[in-house]
Amino acid sequence: MSLSHAEPGFAAPLALLDTRVRMETPEGIDLIVRPAGLLSRSIAFGIDLMIRGVLLGALFFVLGTLGDFGTGLFMLALFIGTWGYMVLFEVLHQGRTPGKQIMGLRVIHDDGTPIGWSASVLRNLLRFVDMLPFGYCVGAFTCLQHPLFKRLGDFAAGTLVIYRDVPPQRPPLAEATALNPSLPLLLEEQRAIQAFAERQDTLSPARAQELAAIVTQPLQLSTSPDPHYPVQQLKGIARSLAGES
Amino acid sequence: MKQSLFEKRHAQDWQRFATRLEALEGSRRKSESGAGFSREYRQICQQLALAIDRGYASHLVEQLQQLAMRGHQQLYRHRSQFTAQLLSFVLADFPRLVRAEWRWVALAGLLFFGSLTLMALLVYGYPDLVYSVVSPADVAGMHAMYEPAARRIGQTAERASSTDWLMFGYYVMHNVGIAFQTFASGLFFGVGSLFFLFFNGLMIGAVAGHLTDAGMGATFWPFVVGHSAFELTGITLAGAAGLKLGWALVAPGRLRRGEALRRAAQISVRLIGGVMMFLLIAAFIEAYWSSMSWPPATAKYLVGASLWLLVGAYLILAGRTPHAPD
Repeated sequence: MSLSHAEPGFAAPLALLDTRVRMETPEGIDLIVRPAGLLSRSIAFGIDLMIRGVLLGALFFVLGTLGDFGTGLFMLALFIGTWGYMVLFEVLHQGRTPGKQIMGLRVIHDDGTPIGWSASVLRNLLRFVDMLPFGYCVGAFTCLQHPLFKRLGDFAAGTLVIYRDVPPQRPPLAEATALNPSLPLLLEEQRAIQAFAERQDTLSPARAQELAAIVTQPLQLSTSPDPHYPVQQLKGIARSLAGES
Repeated sequence: MKQSLFEKRHAQDWQRFATRLEALEGSRRKSESGAGFSREYRQICQQLALAIDRGYASHLVEQLQQLAMRGHQQLYRHRSQFTAQLLSFVLADFPRLVRAEWRWVALAGLLFFGSLTLMALLVYGYPDLVYSVVSPADVAGMHAMYEPAARRIGQTAERASSTDWLMFGYYVMHNVGIAFQTFASGLFFGVGSLFFLFFNGLMIGAVAGHLTDAGMGATFWPFVVGHSAFELTGITLAGAAGLKLGWALVAPGRLRRGEALRRAAQISVRLIGGVMMFLLIAAFIEAYWSSMSWPPATAKYLVGASLWLLVGAYLILAGRTPHAPD
């Protein structure tokens, strides 16, 4: 296979259909991240707010018994809770505050590297602007406007809130006899067939047959009156592509 | 190579890499799990590229992609020599930064100290003007606070030394809050910072003018002179950082607005780091030194003047030599 052909596998990767983003790394690979939207971020913030509320509430009662000295300590704690909680957790705990951890989120730089002190301080100081005029209106608005769901603070600090990936489930290999395709397949086509074989369990039988019937002709597959036959054939091709017999 | 063979050959490596990642993700301590990490990470990257190129099934590609992503997070993890960085920031970088941004600092200073002085003089000349910015109840509160008869001065008339702690907490919370507000509101094209600088200048000026006029200058000035150097400079610098942020949006130059904002923000957040330092020092002085009423007024003025000189000298002179402590 020569590189001069416009092979789909060698061309620049296609733009992704969903909200996932590609980030190229110095190692020459693309990392794919999924930016988190408004709702999960709001819930994460709510959880963080509750945690802080409960902790500071408890601290208030404990330190309240110490008189003025305790009240002073409480104000320092309040200060750290208000301005430092997010920053400390984000930098020291791999981009995750407890709320974000529960919601499966984390913060990274725009280039995919873990968040550092200055970006974290910036995005959390500018919360003050995102909160205006009340209840995070500015933040919610910009978040919904931006393709990567950034609020103003993220925008200025160059950060991104993403979902942590759940480990992929390995789908069971299609039950079929392996079948060699009669034509050489392009990479894109191979992947399409494999994806079909992986997911055809989640489709209704009628839909699976309809989809499989589309490629029967172009792939020069043998035909049969059984409507499920093309599906079986594609599963067989997928099996042979995976290298199983 | 077929996918199943590829998987069989490398499954063990992937498993080992995943276990190692878990160990690294769980702790921040240095451990042996770091040795040889980058080599294994590069291998994963190469195998991922191969898997994509050979068109292997998406579950396999996705698995490798996640391993690469997690490895990337660990390899480029934030590494800080915190104390060394802090030291060099305090000794050299911060004053250098302030000098480099002298235009914004000058503008913010002019606005803040200008409105402060003007308002103080106006209120001193026309005492009734104070009610245009401060409510009568607050004026009465100020009178109680700076009554010459009070033994310890500050927020309340009588203060025991345990109160110092209370006031320290209060000043940190309150003053740093104001500074952060002044900075962050600069995101509205600088208007917010302009407003807060001007408004805080008016308020402080009105209070100073009024108290001097009402004959309480003898308690007021010795009280504020100590911490004013750090506090007022801190607020000015916070305003300067906010103005810089806003100006990047107003006039981004040859960059796109977003990019201009990001670059300005990287600089101004370091200014804010210095502001935090100044305000913590100010709160400390305000709570523990300014509130003491036994030192004679002359001593307080002397200390205040030397603190102003110290702040000025620090911002102008520190970090001039090219080989400042690293």
